[in-house]
Amino acid sequence: MSELVIDVHGLNKSFGGKPVVRDFALQVKRGEIYGFLGPNGSGKTTSIRMICGLLRPDSGAGVVLGHDVIRDTAAIKRAVGYMTQRFSLWEDLTIRENLEFVARMYGMPDRNAAVSRMLREIGLEARKDQLAGTLSGGWKQRLALAACMLHEPQLLLLDEPTAGVDPQARRDFWEEIHALAAKGISVLVSTHYMDEAERCHRLAYILYGRLLASGTPDELLHLFRLATWEVSGDAHRLAGLARRLRGRAGIAHVTAFGNTLHVTGEDGAALERAIAPFEREEGLRWRAASPTLEDVFIHLMQASGRDA
Amino acid sequence: MSFSWSRWVGIIVKEFIQLRRDRLTFGMIIGIPVLQLVLFGYAINADPKRLPTAVLSADASPYARSFVAAMQTSGYFRVVRLARSESELDELLARGEVTFAVTIPEGFGRKLVRGERPVLLVEADATDPGAVGNAIAALVQLPFTALARELDGALAGLAPGQPPLEVRVHRRYNPEGVTAYNIVPGLIGTILTMTMVLMTGLAMTRERERGTFENLLSTPALPIEVMTGKIVPYILIGLIQVTLIVAAALALFRVPMQGNPLLLYFVVLIFIAANLTLGITFSSIARNQLQAMQMTFFFFLPSILLSGFMFPFRGMPEWAQWLGSLLPLTHFLVLVRGIMLKGNGLLDLLPQIWPILAFMLVVIAIGLRFYKRTLD
Repeated sequence: MSELVIDVHGLNKSFGGKPVVRDFALQVKRGEIYGFLGPNGSGKTTSIRMICGLLRPDSGAGVVLGHDVIRDTAAIKRAVGYMTQRFSLWEDLTIRENLEFVARMYGMPDRNAAVSRMLREIGLEARKDQLAGTLSGGWKQRLALAACMLHEPQLLLLDEPTAGVDPQARRDFWEEIHALAAKGISVLVSTHYMDEAERCHRLAYILYGRLLASGTPDELLHLFRLATWEVSGDAHRLAGLARRLRGRAGIAHVTAFGNTLHVTGEDGAALERAIAPFEREEGLRWRAASPTLEDVFIHLMQASGRDA
Repeated sequence: MSFSWSRWVGIIVKEFIQLRRDRLTFGMIIGIPVLQLVLFGYAINADPKRLPTAVLSADASPYARSFVAAMQTSGYFRVVRLARSESELDELLARGEVTFAVTIPEGFGRKLVRGERPVLLVEADATDPGAVGNAIAALVQLPFTALARELDGALAGLAPGQPPLEVRVHRRYNPEGVTAYNIVPGLIGTILTMTMVLMTGLAMTRERERGTFENLLSTPALPIEVMTGKIVPYILIGLIQVTLIVAAALALFRVPMQGNPLLLYFVVLIFIAANLTLGITFSSIARNQLQAMQMTFFFFLPSILLSGFMFPFRGMPEWAQWLGSLLPLTHFLVLVRGIMLKGNGLLDLLPQIWPILAFMLVVIAIGLRFYKRTLD
């Protein structure tokens, strides 16, 4: 069954005459984890807010869980779970009080049982009387996820849920997301982390308010026929090399990854010609690599910058 | 480390840049001194003149008319009503429509001519002793001079020495002229204005500043649920405050409670509601807690200066009285003093209740316009 939980198109939004989201379209299937990528200020948060009924699009149409995205925002609010980018539960309420408040807002029957069950599930039962403000970043994020899961929504909208969270907590978080997806819950999640992007079923890349590309991670990897070479060597030499490589014909971009450089081009043969003069330099080890999602996105960003 | 002038200048420059960006604060920096200057300089007058006066005359002689004319000439009295009965006179005083009520008894002129020294009754609304003090002092001098022109020729013998008539002044509602009787009930109004507007003003901006507002908006909660739900706790707080002040007024300051305490709570509730709606409206307009606080202060200042709490309302020029009568506190002061000191009933209070309700309606309309269901 390929039922669409989100099907919006032509969404536009501007603030004070400045367009933030332009002609945005998105289709998310039931049970899908949909990754939403793009640099800061590219319109990810605005798009998510329009989908969950917090912002009224200037124009456009679509449905979210069968409700009209323009007219039925109240129904959408009841049906989706939205986790804000910044921790937005009440820091001066305890963990239990926060969950109880949210449960009341959604008019849940048998509130107490639901809250207790959720506290057990997220492992915060012992700390339920602790103020939410005193939790660490990772626990705050678990609590926030619990709060937006409490009313058992079929669609989760998560706005950079793992920003500022340690790697272990991020891993646990993604395990949880996959478990939810397995149960048929759909997830739209925005992120900056490439390893997270790779864990999504589908991805969309948004820049300057425009959706530039979408597809499975694999499709995106092969969106351009990129060729990438990886050079390693000592950091000082690499910095100098990067300066010299940038701007040469055949080289699209050069990106530093710790002790290696990724040199990427749109055409393998041209790239090889471009790096040939440097291949013999001492202390540098060259090897052909396959482009990563990050290479693709950097390429997308630069290509779009050239067009603009 | 030694004091660095360039670091120091850097901090000053940053402070100025931020000040300039915060338009509201910048506005307050200019606005507050201008407001205070105008209010203190032009509006406030501790020696109120042209106080509204009602006259009940049972005597048609020219002497009675001359005396009333002399009262007006003194500058302190302005006859606004000619009453037809004592009960009407009472009502005018009780409602605060006039500050003075003059009763000229039957046969005043005849007795005057016969040298029987008739008695003229002047009742003053002494709830605010300061407001009527100078007028009463002027009144006491009037019998010596008022009828000097009429009493010449054959009647000249009546003029010197003893005045030809007696003015009896009744200080109604507060015969001993206790200032606390006026101030303490007034404090109910000022304290409620301050706390109610400020607390609710902060209630919504706090959510916005901490980012929890977005969470609230993403739930199915309706604006009317959020606004009224946030108001209720403060209504209770307001009632507790009123109970405390009234208890202190009665026990410590011995302020009389002439009227019905339930009626007092009734008008307090209306007044609280008006202030809370204003606070909620401020908080839907203000972008952060600081702005909400500044708005509250900007409202509070004229409220205490122009309402008749600190300075006699009748002492202000007309434009300032007009401004003052837009403020709920102005009407609430009349209400609360009316109930506690004058023992007014609901009917006497109505003329002061509807302006507060009107204020509330206008403010709600503005507030709902600004409350945003979405984050636009």
